[in-house]
Amino acid sequence: MKKFITRVGCSLLFVSSLAMAQTPYTDDATYQGLGGKEGIKKIVDTFVTLVLADPRIKDNFTDFDIPQINARLQEQFCEFAGGPCKYTGKYRDKTMDGVGTVRDMKTVHQDLKITNAMFNALTEDLQIAMEQHKVPSSVALKLVAKLAPMQRDIVTK
Amino acid sequence: MKKIIPAVMAVLVGGAASAQSTPDMGKLLATGGVSQVEGAGGGGITPWALISGYGTRDSWGANAHYTYINTQDYKLGSYGVAIGIADRLELSFANQEFKGSLAPLDKLNIKQDIVGLKYKVLGDAVYEQDVWVPQVAIGIMYKKNKGVRGLEALGVTNVKQLGAKNDSGYDYYVSATKLYLEQSLLLNATLRATRANQMGLLGFGGDRNDSTRLMPEFSAAYLINRQLALGAEYRRKPHNLGVDDEKAYYDAFLAWFPTKNFSVTAAYANLGDITVFNPKKQKGLYLSVQAGF
Repeated sequence: MKKFITRVGCSLLFVSSLAMAQTPYTDDATYQGLGGKEGIKKIVDTFVTLVLADPRIKDNFTDFDIPQINARLQEQFCEFAGGPCKYTGKYRDKTMDGVGTVRDMKTVHQDLKITNAMFNALTEDLQIAMEQHKVPSSVALKLVAKLAPMQRDIVTK
Repeated sequence: MKKIIPAVMAVLVGGAASAQSTPDMGKLLATGGVSQVEGAGGGGITPWALISGYGTRDSWGANAHYTYINTQDYKLGSYGVAIGIADRLELSFANQEFKGSLAPLDKLNIKQDIVGLKYKVLGDAVYEQDVWVPQVAIGIMYKKNKGVRGLEALGVTNVKQLGAKNDSGYDYYVSATKLYLEQSLLLNATLRATRANQMGLLGFGGDRNDSTRLMPEFSAAYLINRQLALGAEYRRKPHNLGVDDEKAYYDAFLAWFPTKNFSVTAAYANLGDITVFNPKKQKGLYLSVQAGF
């Protein structure tokens, strides 16, 4: 029985590792639901403000280039939502300028010791930001559905 | 099965040691579910694969609940506590009190204690939105019926005198739960191995059947917003007793999560027939409150 559970568990993990990459929506309904580029900009501005005031997570962002993060988030939300944007996924680290500075989602987060609680706090702030901008819950959850699997890359503790 | 308990205890101790000592309240709102009528984390009548409380895998959480169901002829109350450790293990205690309100069962009072243990085996209902694999948990409930009161005139003080083979028993279950965020939907399927009559309130096993049977249970909930979920559940039950034409339970519920410390669930429940003495579908309001950290 134990062996069986381990085997099933392993094959399920294998299957899940095959499906890692999140693909954006092919239609732009979610993008429109978020209010297009304009709406996404407002949401991200509010989101970033909430995050930087959130005692649970604000300290994680002290060394980061906030305007750059804001721009990347807008690109990413726009692309995932099926909008006409291209998320480059690359972050230029301001403290490492000149030494091979461009980092991706995983390497940016690997030393930050981010917990599930922090990841969820961030998600909560995003949901509140979308609520404040009157995004319908069903649309907000469609965006969250695309972001949730990033937990694997972001939560390193 | 007996080997599971020491193994689970080892995980419990290990999990408690690795988890931080203060609760982190780190899970997303509503993702601990509510307290089902036997005390486990779940919906109203069905245990889910979600671990109760708001502790993440680095922490723990706990809550207390009170549930009240009022049908035409019966009242069922349940109170209890649940502890979720490391978002992996759940320990729950509940006490059920079942009362009659219509003659000849108007003095009827049956109490039952339930101890539950649930272990998350694999998956994550929330994060793994890009794979089909649900969160899966296995669970066990030990139930001890405390005897029958109010039927002394008939000489009945124990469920065994109503045809039950035992006054205590175990339920074993496996639950699979998944959030489909794109559809704002939560789905749960549970398969339970049980001999319990009316959850154990009328004992375990009986004159009609005494073997353990597999019973399916289903829940579906639509997430109206971050704080509200609207859903329905179905729970099939065995029919072991000649004196009880036992049927499936159904409910339709609305759960409200104003904060992570408090939730209220209101439902309309259909408990089917309960004993041949009141041969009528028992329907009524279900109200449950949960407070925790």
